[in-house]
Amino acid sequence: MNSPLLEIGDLSVAFRTRKQDVTVVKNVSMEIMPGQTVAVVGESGSGKSTTAAAVNRLLPDNGRITSGRVVFEGRDLATASEREMTAIRGAGIGLVPQDPMSNLNPLMRIGDQIAEALEVHGVAAGKAARARVLELLDMVGIPDPARRIGQYPHEFSGGMRQRALIAMGLACRPRLLIADEPTSALDVTVQRRILDQLAQLTAEMGTAVFLITHDLALAAERADVVAVMYQGEIVETGPAARILTEPEHEYTRRLLRAVPSLSSARVARPEPATPDLVVVDGLRKVFPIRGTGEELTAVDAVSFTIPRGRTVSIVGESGSGKSTTANLLLGLDDATAGSIRFDGTDLAGLGRRELFAFRRRVQPVFQNPYASLDPRYTVEKSIIEPLRVHGVGTASERRRSAAELLEKVSLPASLGERLPHELSGGQRQRVAIARALALSPELVVLDEAVSALDVIVQAQILELLAELQRELGLSYLFISHDLAVVRMISDAVHVMRGGRIVESGTTDEIFDDPADDYTRELLAAIPGAQWTV
Amino acid sequence: MRAVVRNRVVRRVAGTLGTLFGVAVFVFVMLRAIPGDQITAGLGTEAAALTPAQRAALEHYYGLDQPLVTQFFSWLGNMFTGNFGYSARNQQSVLDLTVQSLPVTFELAVLSIVLALLIGVPLGMVSASKAGAPRDAVGQAVSLAGLSIPAFLLATTLLSISAASFGFNPNGQGFATLLEDPLLNLQQMVLPALVLGFGIAAPILRTTRAAVLEVRSHDFVRTARAKGVPERRLQVRHVLGNALVPIVTMTGLQFGYLLGGAVVVEQIFSVPGIGRQVLLGIQQKEYAVVQSTVLVIALAFVLVNLLTDVLYRIIDPRVRAS
Repeated sequence: MNSPLLEIGDLSVAFRTRKQDVTVVKNVSMEIMPGQTVAVVGESGSGKSTTAAAVNRLLPDNGRITSGRVVFEGRDLATASEREMTAIRGAGIGLVPQDPMSNLNPLMRIGDQIAEALEVHGVAAGKAARARVLELLDMVGIPDPARRIGQYPHEFSGGMRQRALIAMGLACRPRLLIADEPTSALDVTVQRRILDQLAQLTAEMGTAVFLITHDLALAAERADVVAVMYQGEIVETGPAARILTEPEHEYTRRLLRAVPSLSSARVARPEPATPDLVVVDGLRKVFPIRGTGEELTAVDAVSFTIPRGRTVSIVGESGSGKSTTANLLLGLDDATAGSIRFDGTDLAGLGRRELFAFRRRVQPVFQNPYASLDPRYTVEKSIIEPLRVHGVGTASERRRSAAELLEKVSLPASLGERLPHELSGGQRQRVAIARALALSPELVVLDEAVSALDVIVQAQILELLAELQRELGLSYLFISHDLAVVRMISDAVHVMRGGRIVESGTTDEIFDDPADDYTRELLAAIPGAQWTV
Repeated sequence: MRAVVRNRVVRRVAGTLGTLFGVAVFVFVMLRAIPGDQITAGLGTEAAALTPAQRAALEHYYGLDQPLVTQFFSWLGNMFTGNFGYSARNQQSVLDLTVQSLPVTFELAVLSIVLALLIGVPLGMVSASKAGAPRDAVGQAVSLAGLSIPAFLLATTLLSISAASFGFNPNGQGFATLLEDPLLNLQQMVLPALVLGFGIAAPILRTTRAAVLEVRSHDFVRTARAKGVPERRLQVRHVLGNALVPIVTMTGLQFGYLLGGAVVVEQIFSVPGIGRQVLLGIQQKEYAVVQSTVLVIALAFVLVNLLTDVLYRIIDPRVRAS
């Protein structure tokens, strides 16, 4: 056996904060052999991205390596000069970053950005660089590279951008590629195609991959070796299959239990049939495309019902029209055609005053708990706001309800005084749920409400939602791109694509016996679909 | 697609005309809201001695006996035919006056902006390169000085030091235009441009610093670093390039403001710019001079804004697309 390509030994990284130094990576040791794929798995804040950033020394300004070594091809990068690092970055160690939307320079042509990697390392310039870029674009599966090379990032879709970033990371044929959550911002079907491409290219080039992910199933599927990180430490390392089948550490087991998989049981069981709260019939929404005079049909001929006390899910990828449907149901947008009947009344016929009353009965919870809470409002103020807007109760009564609501979502009442930035992502989402419940709605529209959360937190929130449903008889419209999560919570599922519902059925029907090709593709694209955890 | 573009151009032109009309109405009304008119300004207290017949004759001469609406539209209509009115004090048409003073102000504005950019952008970048470090403090101190030292103080101090200690006072003699005597002209322009440039460097420095700090925190800068882009190239191509939009905005605003004439500085250095023209016009209550010149200034301002928009399109492909 030859020597490792990368050897991390006893690495610690600390961040300087106003009060003191916080050590976020503690004595981490690991090895990557040439050509090998090693995945580091952990939740956000576990230190996995920081570990990767320490390898190519791109830590944030306040971060520094406090001890240990990062030996790459015999050289310790922890002590290398900035000049040496500049020579190694891109040439020896490539990077595929997480978010394709923010990782390309918006003012530079895609081709120039990829060529730059070749130029700064003296690999190729001018015509030769262009030829190589065309070849790279073709390799990563971008059609019509001759046209694409001269386009700007905003002319690329998310998946295309991520492909361009992979081309950039691999441009100089590095020996090691750091892939930091390379597909977590993408739809599942796109995710699968891109990961396949990445695996194929790195195998051809003999490039080792340092894969960072929060998704245990994905790690197990793609890596030779998996390291599980928790609170800055590697708690378990081993071959992918073993980690899944015989987890040794308690945290790994918790992680495995929380992973929603296609075989996971539904959190709440259905009871006898109930009357329909919402009846959507032939819904259609057309948007004019700005500046072209053309139109986009976002939602077309969509019909479904939501029985009282039940959870109905709409699944689909970005652009499928699922969020538009949610907005129509929330009364935030007007339908072009079709009807939405809520408790027997057609939404289209409502005046301003009635719409206001209707909004009390239907409340949303959105995806991003960081963006949906006002950063300057305390938790209590955020929860009370809907009550204040609708003029419910006196000030002291409202404060009391805030405390009760916090208790309902399993948060301590003392949290009421805090500001959103002091809370974790899971806590914020609980606050958002408490706010949605403030007006005792009958229907809660959950638009990707758990998608931004780590799996363990996600599992807790799903539990909470199921509990609240049992207790308060709530109906949910659950919008998600994640089939596994949908399976855990839904009574009925509708699969949307291109604005239409392509398949509808009970949860079991959709998952055990999908009739539509697209549904089957979605199911197959889920990482770890072949593992029955 | 075509129709949409044309539509946008039409809307833009209509908006511009609307703005200019608003400015015209505003100046017209404001001037008449100030007590006194050209007759009282010309004759001073002796205006009280005029007989009603004399007064009426003078009013008729200046066109002040016409209804206000007639006065307004005849002035505006004349503007379109190139008749900007007549300055009795200068014995010259306002158009001729403007043709002389506008290039002077334009030259001063360009020089000031160039100086401001040369001071502000590099210092802003240095300041941002290590926020909180001593170099940042230096940058902040410079910008604070630029913002808080009044132009008249800096101008008079510079003028007296250069004149008294170095015997350098090119502004003491008659003003030479760039075409008449380029060397003397530049000597006369350097001090006022410095004073104005220093003042404008401050907001440009602050904007640059803030924009660079903001852009540097973007993911794509880290990605460029991960690609092996050396620091200098990174700062110029990736960071500064993306910071340009706010810098251009600020520069455009300041340039437009300068075109309005830096009255105080022009006065101190005896630069016969457009600001002085308006000032003297107000003092003499020469309605035609003030109204027409202000409208020219407003037009220049609008044109600078248009130019800024064109620059955005050159800098940012996303603006081009939308």
